[in-house]
Amino acid sequence: MCRVVDLQQAVLAKNDQCARRLRTELGALGTAVVNLLSSPGSGKTALLEAELALAKERSVPVAALTADLATENDARRLARSGAPVKQVLTDGLCHLEAHMLGAHLEGWLPEDTRLLFVENVGNLVCPASYDLGETLRVALAAVTEGEDKPLKYPTAFGLAHLVVVTKHDLARAVGFDEAAFLAGVRQVNPGVEVVFTSARDGEGAGVLLDRALAAREGGTVHQPVMARQLATERAAYGYDQEHDHAHDHGHAHDHDHGHEHAHAHEHPHEHAHAHGADAHQPAGHEHVHHRDGAAAR
Amino acid sequence: MHEMSIALAVVGQVEEAAEAGGAAGVDSVTLQVGELAGVVPESLQFCFALACEGTLLHGAALRTEQVPGRARCVPCARQWPTGMPPQLSCERCGGAATELLSGRELQILTVHWAESRQHEPVVKEP
Repeated sequence: MCRVVDLQQAVLAKNDQCARRLRTELGALGTAVVNLLSSPGSGKTALLEAELALAKERSVPVAALTADLATENDARRLARSGAPVKQVLTDGLCHLEAHMLGAHLEGWLPEDTRLLFVENVGNLVCPASYDLGETLRVALAAVTEGEDKPLKYPTAFGLAHLVVVTKHDLARAVGFDEAAFLAGVRQVNPGVEVVFTSARDGEGAGVLLDRALAAREGGTVHQPVMARQLATERAAYGYDQEHDHAHDHGHAHDHDHGHEHAHAHEHPHEHAHAHGADAHQPAGHEHVHHRDGAAAR
Repeated sequence: MHEMSIALAVVGQVEEAAEAGGAAGVDSVTLQVGELAGVVPESLQFCFALACEGTLLHGAALRTEQVPGRARCVPCARQWPTGMPPQLSCERCGGAATELLSGRELQILTVHWAESRQHEPVVKEP
């Protein structure tokens, strides 16, 4: 009685399609996105403050978008660099998705921007699943978080193009086991570069900026093993072969992926509207941040 | 906890397919979830039930097929189960030229419609 249809659709196909489009559109404008992932309090903002200031010194046009559940504290800090900064309040949502980023960039991102740093929501679980159209994905961990972070959050570190260790000046004080950390990174993401930084004493300053600019120029970006899975290999293992309804039923969507996904922007998930708090006040933010930035400390 | 976003994406895609195929309801959705996909099936079950409410999928069951992670070292052709956390560098040669054979799946496999219609699903024009 009941019909079966093989959909064979990736659950995140719409996000991925949207991310690809964003990457292409921004690429055409000469902008590359750097997606920064870490747990809360790992020092993303401090690192970014330093990199934005360096970019300013070198006259490289950069911008930053920072996402948090609440408060505009990070945008205030980052705006001190003079770079265009936008705060996105997710109202509780634990990650950014590509269409949300796309909507936030519209009408805001200056055209000459070479690098857009996206400080994702402080969370090492959820943001890892969502491609934001970035050219460089960076996973950060502070030495204070412990050396087993890459093994505890293998998706975040396993999909990173670059791993940045922060607060390195505290390594000795907290007994950070560097060898164990590097072994963990190597286990989940062999071949990825690990950069040690300290916003306090300037160690590793400018490396993130250099790597991001190199990636933007089309330089080779590390390809994580976790991102290398091939569909044909999967089929060879028989995981797809258990589902042999195909002869009975049409592949309803096999032929219209392109059309559907091309319209990803027109079919946003409901929660995006509910959580896109920033969308209500897109114009006023930069002014607020500059004013507050000038008044702050 | 991004399983709600995942569940909403599944419901959205199945709804579109149902619309295109003229289906009146959904009995069940089968999902393939890789060991390394970063999704917790139990959490997804909970979110799926909530996401289905008020849609064509109301009352639909979610079946998940878990796919173990497997990797292969290109130079030494050795294959192994990745485990969790995954071992993605070769423990024999220490090489980084590893291929991930499976484990990252997050895919809608099949949908069982609740009520049969005569015609096959048609390709939906945008």
